[in-house]
Amino acid sequence: MSTVNLVYFSWVRERIGKGEETLELPADVFTIADLLAHLKTLGAEYEAALEHENVIRAAIDQEHVAHGEPIAGAREIALFPPMTGG
Amino acid sequence: MAAPITVRVQLEDFDLAAEVSALRRGRTDIGAVVSFSGLCRNEAGALNALELEHYPGMAEAEIRRICHEAVTRFDLQGATAIHRFGRIAPGENIVLVIAASPHRQAAFDGANFIMDFLKTSAPFWKKEHHADGSAGEWVSARDVDDAARERWED
Repeated sequence: MSTVNLVYFSWVRERIGKGEETLELPADVFTIADLLAHLKTLGAEYEAALEHENVIRAAIDQEHVAHGEPIAGAREIALFPPMTGG
Repeated sequence: MAAPITVRVQLEDFDLAAEVSALRRGRTDIGAVVSFSGLCRNEAGALNALELEHYPGMAEAEIRRICHEAVTRFDLQGATAIHRFGRIAPGENIVLVIAASPHRQAAFDGANFIMDFLKTSAPFWKKEHHADGSAGEWVSARDVDDAARERWED
């Protein structure tokens, strides 16, 4: 088990119903893709937020990463939709 | 001298003229300054305001990374990028980018590059609030913005 801080933004935050949380992750969660699969087992709100995994963007310690990125050592993992600033 | 990079993510408005002056202050080697202002626009009177959410910390860091890349790639003499968050009414400023260089082309390209990457990789999200008071939608990302970024990748 490892502990990680998760932060959510935009409609990912709204659908999950919270902006941040700290979770204990099972030992078989190695990558962002594993994390998304794990979160979707936690309830309907996570399933709704992460239904279309291909559009979900991720950042580890405030840097963009791909879904294959290992999460070992991450302090903060962010999940959010495609960005619409500017 | 090292090219100064100024990045701010803020609630309050900015002053274009003041930011250009700050970038130029004490320098006589700059030959071109290009600025871009992005505004909140009202389409058909239906919008009451945009709400801009951001990822504190990463928003600044990501814009700074983009500005560093632009300064290196186009040999800019300085770059400024300011992005607002919170509730922004139609007609108000959202974003400002300024690029300075000895000749015009690098300044145009630098400002263009910074905006193209800022739109697709700086962690901001816009939500619409309608004039009739109804709950708005999150603005969808546009393929045309991805295409604008990809044209720099060669």
